[in-house]
Amino acid sequence: MSLIQEARTREGGLAARGAVSQPAAWSVTEHPWAWALAALLLIMPLIANGFFLIEIFGTTLILGTIALSLMFLAGYGGMVSLMQLTIAGFAGYMVAVFGVSGNANISLGWPWWLATPTALVLAMLFGTLGGALAVRTEGIYTIMITLAIGAAFYYFTNQNWAIFNGHTGINTIATPHVLGINWRTDIAFYYLILAVAALCYFAVLYLSRAPFGLALQGVRDNPRRMAALGFNVNANRIAAYAFAALIAGLGGVLQVWNYRQISPGSVAVERCIDILIVAVVGGITRPVGAYIGAFIFVILRTFALDFLVKVGLDGNRFRLLIGLGFLVIVLFSSDGVIGLYERWRKRGQAGGARSRPGGHGHG
Amino acid sequence: MDRVADRLSALGSTAALELRGVTRMFGALAALTDITITVRPGERRAVLGSNGAGKTTLFNCVTGDFLPTSGTIRFFGEDVTGFPPYERIRRGLRRTYQISALFLGLTVRDNVYLACRGVSRARFSMLRPSVNDALMQATERLIEAVHLTSVRDQLVSELAHGQQRQLEIALALAGAPRFILFDEPAAGLSPTERRELVEILTALPSHIGYIIIEHDMDVALRVVESVTMMHNGRIFKEGAPQEIESDPEVQELYLGGGHE
Repeated sequence: MSLIQEARTREGGLAARGAVSQPAAWSVTEHPWAWALAALLLIMPLIANGFFLIEIFGTTLILGTIALSLMFLAGYGGMVSLMQLTIAGFAGYMVAVFGVSGNANISLGWPWWLATPTALVLAMLFGTLGGALAVRTEGIYTIMITLAIGAAFYYFTNQNWAIFNGHTGINTIATPHVLGINWRTDIAFYYLILAVAALCYFAVLYLSRAPFGLALQGVRDNPRRMAALGFNVNANRIAAYAFAALIAGLGGVLQVWNYRQISPGSVAVERCIDILIVAVVGGITRPVGAYIGAFIFVILRTFALDFLVKVGLDGNRFRLLIGLGFLVIVLFSSDGVIGLYERWRKRGQAGGARSRPGGHGHG
Repeated sequence: MDRVADRLSALGSTAALELRGVTRMFGALAALTDITITVRPGERRAVLGSNGAGKTTLFNCVTGDFLPTSGTIRFFGEDVTGFPPYERIRRGLRRTYQISALFLGLTVRDNVYLACRGVSRARFSMLRPSVNDALMQATERLIEAVHLTSVRDQLVSELAHGQQRQLEIALALAGAPRFILFDEPAAGLSPTERRELVEILTALPSHIGYIIIEHDMDVALRVVESVTMMHNGRIFKEGAPQEIESDPEVQELYLGGGHE
């Protein structure tokens, strides 16, 4: 909590220097290089081979989407939920359970177009119920209760054999074939991930300026005043959990199609905490921060091992590098990499005229 | 039968706000003891009293931030004693806070827009409003009314104290207020800003009643027609401003210190 508050204070400090006028204004149109990035992502299959395409960029976008659901709750709603990965994992498990997999005794064998929406709806239900519990608490207690839900689900999947197949998990999960295309081939799957990630990203951006998202930011800043303006604060918070669960669920479905298997290890407690690290490292006050954090995390996770071995250290200590990176970024920038970038950018503009005069309304 | 009786009495009732025997305990401490007040629609009243007299607790009970330990609160005849705050606000009650309770991470416009949205339908709409949206226009009018047009796109955390106090009032004027609770609106304002505040208060449509907690007698006694004095959580005296001002007991308790 204090992390977010600090990040926002710093934002306010920037604003006081007359540089920022709208914290929720991070959008493609204002950053010329964002077009270049979008173009790059679109032509990525021409540049990157299968390993980079899926293992680096595809995984980044999936992880980023799950982290985006946390960013939505924490950055706009002030609610740090550690169960977002659990919801994603739950959606993944449901795809495996309702769809087709190698474990015929468990999977119901529904076609993907029925199994996937069912998984998403159940994930939203899961998120809404968890949220309904969590909104009764504030700050550190929200973290605790959502972490408890995550831990409980992990142990449950470990011990339940009827649905979750215990610690073995579910293997060889079928992926969709539509229009004669196998959507799990590298290039098709990459575009599928990109489309879902873009959809989630722009939906969050759009919502941040719609009454629902604005009300959520009002709740973050002053829940008591929101009630004194006629808002049902808890209803707003629970609805935010439901929306975030949909995003996390979409990420979870992609995740399970990516690995084609799911086991309790996929929903372990440290995985839940990874999502927090991703969102904070990227910058939890902006939707794009989730993807930046995911990219850094995936790069470190993939190459830290080789790097450590090369400098003569135990490769298994790659988490140490991630931890150190996390520490350095949080130490120097409480609003993550995106905060660093923005401060650097404002410094470049210092002395210049006020950016964007007015105009940025609800339109 | 009770409900029918309730409704009949609501029809006959002319009170905007009616408190009967409201008591609020904090543990063994009685912050409010047996408060009974009736305020007519459109009536403007000051609640005076030293610190700890229970004035803000009274407001918190009326808005529903705290539930009274005993007693009933009626708002335009309807028993709202157990209602959550937002239900009371939707019925036309508004309040401001002694220490500004604003949304510091949002712009002035977003703050006022939220206030307008909160008392309208579809308050959690997932669609962005268009520029011509009626609520957007109401937002602009309200910003103008409290003289904040020049800073409407600034973050509230950037505003000067006086501007934050004006915004605090703007949030309470959104929608169609029927009755407003002002908690020390003049706190920390300069003499010029105080004059503006008095102007805003006296310019309110006459059907909007209010209760104002204010230590500045120059402000308080100029904008009200009746005064309730509180002391140690009890009502100590009620009357017209002139009566209260000239009452020797009141002078001794509250005004004396300043005059001697």
